[in-house]
Amino acid sequence: MGGRLFGRSPKTRLVSGRPRKGEVVVEMRGITKRFPGVLANDHVDFEVRAGEVHALLGENGAGKTTLMNVLYGIYQPDEGEIYVRGRKVKIRSPRDAIKLGIGMVHQHFMLVSPHTVAENIALGLSTAKFFLPLREVERKISELSKKYGLRVDPKARIWQLSTGEQQRVEILKALYRGANILILDEPTSVLTPGEIKELFATLRRMAEEGRAIVFITHKLDEVMAVSDRVTVLRKGRVVATLETSETSKRELARLMVGREVLFQLEKSPARIGGVVLEVRNLQALNDKGLLALKGVSFKVHEGEIFGIAGVAGNGQRELIEVITGLRRAVKGKVVLLGEDVTNRTPRELIDRGVCHIPEERIRTGLVPDMSVAENLILKSYRRPPFSRGPLLNYSEIRRYAEKLVSEYDVMTPSVDTPAKLLSGGNIQRLILARETSGKPRLIVAAHPTYGLDVGATEYIRRLLLKFRDGGAAILLVSEDLEEVLSLSDRIAVMFEGEFMGVVDADDVDVEEIGLMMAGVRRMEVVENVGDKG
Amino acid sequence: MLGIRVRVERRAVTPTWLLAAASALSVASALLAISALFWWYGVDPLLAYRRIFAGAFGSTYGLLETLVKSIPLMLCGVGLTIAFRALVWNIGAEGQLLMGAIAATAIALFVPGIPKPLVLPLMFLSGFLAGAAWGVIPGVLKAKFRADEVVTTLMMNYIASELVNYLVYGPWKGPEEWGFPYSSKFPKYAWIPTIPGTRIHYVTLALAVASAAAAYLLLMRTTIGYEIRVTGGNPDAARYAGMNYFRTVVLVMLLSGGLAGLAGVGEVAGIHHRLRYPSGISPGYGYTAIIVAWLGRLNPLAVILTSILFGGLLVGGDAIQVALGLPIAVVNVFNGAILLFVMGGDILTRYRIRVEWRRGR
Repeated sequence: MGGRLFGRSPKTRLVSGRPRKGEVVVEMRGITKRFPGVLANDHVDFEVRAGEVHALLGENGAGKTTLMNVLYGIYQPDEGEIYVRGRKVKIRSPRDAIKLGIGMVHQHFMLVSPHTVAENIALGLSTAKFFLPLREVERKISELSKKYGLRVDPKARIWQLSTGEQQRVEILKALYRGANILILDEPTSVLTPGEIKELFATLRRMAEEGRAIVFITHKLDEVMAVSDRVTVLRKGRVVATLETSETSKRELARLMVGREVLFQLEKSPARIGGVVLEVRNLQALNDKGLLALKGVSFKVHEGEIFGIAGVAGNGQRELIEVITGLRRAVKGKVVLLGEDVTNRTPRELIDRGVCHIPEERIRTGLVPDMSVAENLILKSYRRPPFSRGPLLNYSEIRRYAEKLVSEYDVMTPSVDTPAKLLSGGNIQRLILARETSGKPRLIVAAHPTYGLDVGATEYIRRLLLKFRDGGAAILLVSEDLEEVLSLSDRIAVMFEGEFMGVVDADDVDVEEIGLMMAGVRRMEVVENVGDKG
Repeated sequence: MLGIRVRVERRAVTPTWLLAAASALSVASALLAISALFWWYGVDPLLAYRRIFAGAFGSTYGLLETLVKSIPLMLCGVGLTIAFRALVWNIGAEGQLLMGAIAATAIALFVPGIPKPLVLPLMFLSGFLAGAAWGVIPGVLKAKFRADEVVTTLMMNYIASELVNYLVYGPWKGPEEWGFPYSSKFPKYAWIPTIPGTRIHYVTLALAVASAAAAYLLLMRTTIGYEIRVTGGNPDAARYAGMNYFRTVVLVMLLSGGLAGLAGVGEVAGIHHRLRYPSGISPGYGYTAIIVAWLGRLNPLAVILTSILFGGLLVGGDAIQVALGLPIAVVNVFNGAILLFVMGGDILTRYRIRVEWRRGR
């Protein structure tokens, strides 16, 4: 299998030059990494060959990122060995990794936003001269970007770029540094469907050239679409390494979650009731004081999920914040159950049954240092039995917290554990438990499954459907098109602060939605696509 | 070849024992660092520390004086824990204390016709209100206009201090005070009673201890305290949960300032029995209380202990000033060093060091 080079004498060790296709360029053996109370990687064996896109699949907390951070020198393994192109290596820092030809594109980009693309790429280059020959750098960037279809202007400043373009800069940065082994940590989570397609084409091109690509993901469709092989991690262990062509989504899901997963959510027909939320010609400013919400109108009924699709940053956040009282509307109306609640305080809206699953769950939905129990009463602490008058009743609070923790399956050592120690999926369960435990009239859910694993995603989607069937009105904002399509009864597409169109989920056309996401109005879409729409 | 590899890693949780140990170690490190200063002055550091300790805790007189000095530190320190818990950095306890002193003086000397038994309670009340008002102003500025409270509270200290100066050099200057910048002496009924034979104005001391207990209960057992802690833990989450940020910030500044105001009442009515120039009323209690609150890990009950510790430091500082001829600034340097080490120690507790031994290739 491939070139097992470890047994050879030192002289024949291959270290320089382009690796041959199929050569094992990275082998990690028995990697174990412990964090306090967590075994993140448990004797993991992992290998990557030149010329392949190797998907590293697993749920959140399965240890994918940890394993790659070990390879990139960010963490030191507690046990285990790493071989790069047949040579046993110790990777003590990203600098070591870069020298070995390993590059990594993190989930959160590490770019200096006032600087240009070229400056960012030149930053920290070991070959950089004191007076930077930026023109030279720019020329090389253009060359690389042409070769791999990574369109980006070397002279543009980072803040001017979309997230997709910033990601290209990160990839270019790694290529510029001569990365033959490129690790991408959940690269598609910030991209539009179109950008994902382009990224995949780029990855294939790089693999064909003989580079090795490690693609961290928890999305099965992406594994099937782009990878040659896939290694599945579960709870820090390797469950299997498979040829992608010889496996199926179903099998991978089972391996990843440890049980059968149903992909089709069984969704009963909506039993639509009265209007819960009505938004009329709503306008609001963003944090920079610019008009970000430019007159949006819609209604959400009882027993209905109204989905809003669109690339993030097109006014969705502002819309949600106005509806939940966190941002002022400059024009227009928000009507809740027949009552005008425009620009009311968050508390008044909470008291009227508005639940909010916030976009940035840790930044807004959680007090990280406080206990699980204290986080669970964040919105109900003023009501009996949790408090009487000014006094909190901690025994009631803990009893309630224990009930919710078991009901919503929140994995936590105890209700007194600081919430920050919970995993992403469990933090989201905690928030859901808090928000939906009363009788929600309106649930505003922003990116409710973003970054969560298959198990947690499935759970949360089911829960939303349960509340819909229970008569709640649900406003769902998500960048995950598949999510919007599978959950919503009606779908609006938002672009630059406006709705490009609203369609029924029954006769939806993905292509049509894609065009609207790119800013084409539905009327035009229907004209162009003709009978398809 | 044998190599050692030292790695610094972030901790997920910091155990309580480590925090306590870090506090103790921080104080010890500060002592060590200040030794250099004593040595510079040609004083044996060990002797100096012995003198400080003996001065503060080694005699009945020292102990009593330590308690006397701990009273304002405790009141201010407890107030600051409340503000700091909400992530409101009140640096203005000093000014709030002085405003309390001014208000108490006004009641004692310039408001005629109050029945004598009501004078002291009214002095405390007005002192609390004056300190509270001095705290509420920057509180409102912060909550409404995002004015940085570190700057505004600090500036308010200067205003309060100059106001005291103006009063004792100007309109309130006592005619019988030989030209000193003092107000007239308070009438006896406006003196806070002391434990006989000591300078411990026990009413204020009782208020201080009670305020520590009350602040603890407020923070840990009430809905308002919960709001304060949520606001401090994550202001965005507080807003999202429908908490009123304005109300919380103004409330913590009100309580924080009010307690400092009480400390001011205690100083003028319990010790000096008159308004004096600012540094005559407080040698920086309001600033030292920042360290007191911090060393007490923002736990009001712990502040009782740390305020006594710092009271002792002030008394011991006086002792070495007299006995060893060192400038009082040494004590201030000392306080500053402790704060620096405590805050530095705090950061260190969030990490741990792992040492790996490995064989070289």
